[in-house]
Amino acid sequence: MKLTYRSLALGCAALLFSGVLLERAQAGGSHFYAPVADALVKEECGSCHLAFAPSMLPASSWQRMMGDLKNHFGDNASLDAATAAKIADYLAANAADAGGRRYSGKLLQGVSLDNAPLRITELPKWTREHRKVADWEWRHQDVRSKANCVACHADAERGYYDENAVTARK
Amino acid sequence: MKNLLAVSLGAVAMILSTASAAGPREDLLAQYAAAAKSSGFSAARGQTLHTQNFAGGKPDTPACTSCHGKDTRAAGRTPTGKSIDAVAVSVAPQRYTDPAKVEKWFKRNCTEVLGRECTPQEKGDWLTFVLGQ
Repeated sequence: MKLTYRSLALGCAALLFSGVLLERAQAGGSHFYAPVADALVKEECGSCHLAFAPSMLPASSWQRMMGDLKNHFGDNASLDAATAAKIADYLAANAADAGGRRYSGKLLQGVSLDNAPLRITELPKWTREHRKVADWEWRHQDVRSKANCVACHADAERGYYDENAVTARK
Repeated sequence: MKNLLAVSLGAVAMILSTASAAGPREDLLAQYAAAAKSSGFSAARGQTLHTQNFAGGKPDTPACTSCHGKDTRAAGRTPTGKSIDAVAVSVAPQRYTDPAKVEKWFKRNCTEVLGRECTPQEKGDWLTFVLGQ
């Protein structure tokens, strides 16, 4: 076969295209949210539920939450001031509109930063992504709560929420 | 002769190490005993405390077993799906050695289940119960 410029160009384009596809497939798309890397934050915030990725909420949400730990979704999660301050700083620094920007992607779509929700599960993008999950699945004994990411996203503790790797329930 | 020395030193080291590991738990029990001015702690009372239903706390968690489960040697689970280490020391030997942590969880959990803080007597009874499980 004669090696023309055209065939080379087409070949390169094909390779490039395949490369991009492969990289996107391997990266799991835009569904990686860096997990909590700070030991104190992980210990204090991860004892009752998954230590939620700071890049899933804007800094103002985290600050509001840390300022009212006595009313933490129906529980009193108060901590001593020094510990609470350290945690608040970490969360704000890695928030969706701060250090966590590279992960948050489209998660802040439709979110007013001044009046941001405290619940990740109330973000418009979250609601859209989970609209196909039936009520009975949320009520399943292995799930029980929308805050129980790990029930279906087995790799959530490592930051992965790839929709192609969701645990099915019967 | 050298073997005997090594074995004796090993035995002494083991005895001393268990003594230091039990240290913070003994201290905690002593603190509760002093605060309760009690005549002693009872694992049986601790077990009753652990398994009975209370009306004063949150409706979702009427008993300690609501999250910790009925089997003290099995892992428990929070309503948001997080696994809780078994409360039995035989299964979770690292537990109850940090007094601040023990106090923090007594405060949170008693408030949630009983609707009030646990008394030093109750804390001592419960700790005695799980130390023997």
